[in-house]
Amino acid sequence: MDTANLPPLAASLLPRGGSLHRFANPGRFLRLSGRVLPWLTAAALAVLAVGLPWALIFSPPDWQQGETVRLLYIHVPMAWLAMGGYVGLAIGSVLALVWRHPLADLACRELSPVGAAATALCLATGSLWGKPMWGTWWVWDARLTSVLVLFFLWLGHAALVRAFDDTERGARMGAILALIGAVNLPVVKFSVDWWNTLHQPASVTRINAPGLHVDILYPLLVCGLGFTLAFAALVLARTRAAVMERRIRALQLAAARRAEAG
Amino acid sequence: MTRKRRRLWLLLLCGLGLGSATALTLTAFQDNLVFFRSPSDIAQAAPTPDRAFRLGGLVEAGSVARETAADGRPAARFRVTDGAHAVSVTYTGVLPDLFREGQGVVTLGKLGPDGVFRASEVLARHDETYMPPEVADALKRSGHWNPAEGAAPPAASWNTLEPERSRPRNGS
Repeated sequence: MDTANLPPLAASLLPRGGSLHRFANPGRFLRLSGRVLPWLTAAALAVLAVGLPWALIFSPPDWQQGETVRLLYIHVPMAWLAMGGYVGLAIGSVLALVWRHPLADLACRELSPVGAAATALCLATGSLWGKPMWGTWWVWDARLTSVLVLFFLWLGHAALVRAFDDTERGARMGAILALIGAVNLPVVKFSVDWWNTLHQPASVTRINAPGLHVDILYPLLVCGLGFTLAFAALVLARTRAAVMERRIRALQLAAARRAEAG
Repeated sequence: MTRKRRRLWLLLLCGLGLGSATALTLTAFQDNLVFFRSPSDIAQAAPTPDRAFRLGGLVEAGSVARETAADGRPAARFRVTDGAHAVSVTYTGVLPDLFREGQGVVTLGKLGPDGVFRASEVLARHDETYMPPEVADALKRSGHWNPAEGAAPPAASWNTLEPERSRPRNGS
């Protein structure tokens, strides 16, 4: 069928043949990820086994926050993952929309609940820190509001891709939502610089030097690495499960067709 | 190939349009996205007495006077400064734990005709520096930093400081 002259959306709605090639890459993905996943999980557990006790027990308190500073070791990595994960979601959505990569669709679908969980943890720990330190659970300043919007984008994406009977259509809608929501990322990152906010500006990625003492900075970086590895392992495991689920469904469908024909 | 190329261009074009629309909107709402106003902003254009707004800055060193209100609640008078200008603030209620001289605060209230800001809420603002108590003590002892006078010195001068080992050397 000649679809070259149709607009992209109409062309994409036409049935496409060659379902075999669509799952050719997922096969290789399953083999590769099956080899990587145990190592990734082990690395995440090992780094967190070092980082969490270091951060939550052995690192010093802050001179004015006291022990409350330990919330930072969860809050900051979760904030990094909320944003870094969203960058991943945006890249996956471009791959899915432009190159129609079926694996990208699945990865995005499995990424968003994990991203939503990380953002929720970031918001919750931030709120718990805010009450004793700022004197309030929540304020509507630019940083807090834009992160809340990010949380709703994660939730919205997770819900939207599952809301269609036609999974491909749901994935496409989700990808469009994810890319529209990507304009929020620079707003989250630079909100503390563009406008004055109650939230403090960035400490680790300051231009001159990190505003944290090394006794606080190093456990934070180790926790950040550990949580990032754990996040990656979770998303990879979920994507593998989703690919296998698709395969099983395709096999069952094929078996049912054979039974009907025979 | 042409379909992929076309989809990519369409996406880039949409992104460009969406990005510039967001940038324009945010620039247009610049004034409303600001969480608090500084004493210099107030000095430039004082809001009318019946309008509530947030005033933010550092608590001026030596300006805090803690009192007890007529109903027995704790009260405080202090001045909020941004270096260039300062505004007197009165507040009745419990101050947050981080409240101290030299600390950043954000107060919500109304500016009276006498130029005194009557706050109904005081929030402490934490800056972007984190240090163990020993390091803060070492900086204070050596005279590099008086927390009542504002932000800590450049982080590069203290973020690798080891107070236990440097104390005898500094003391000699």
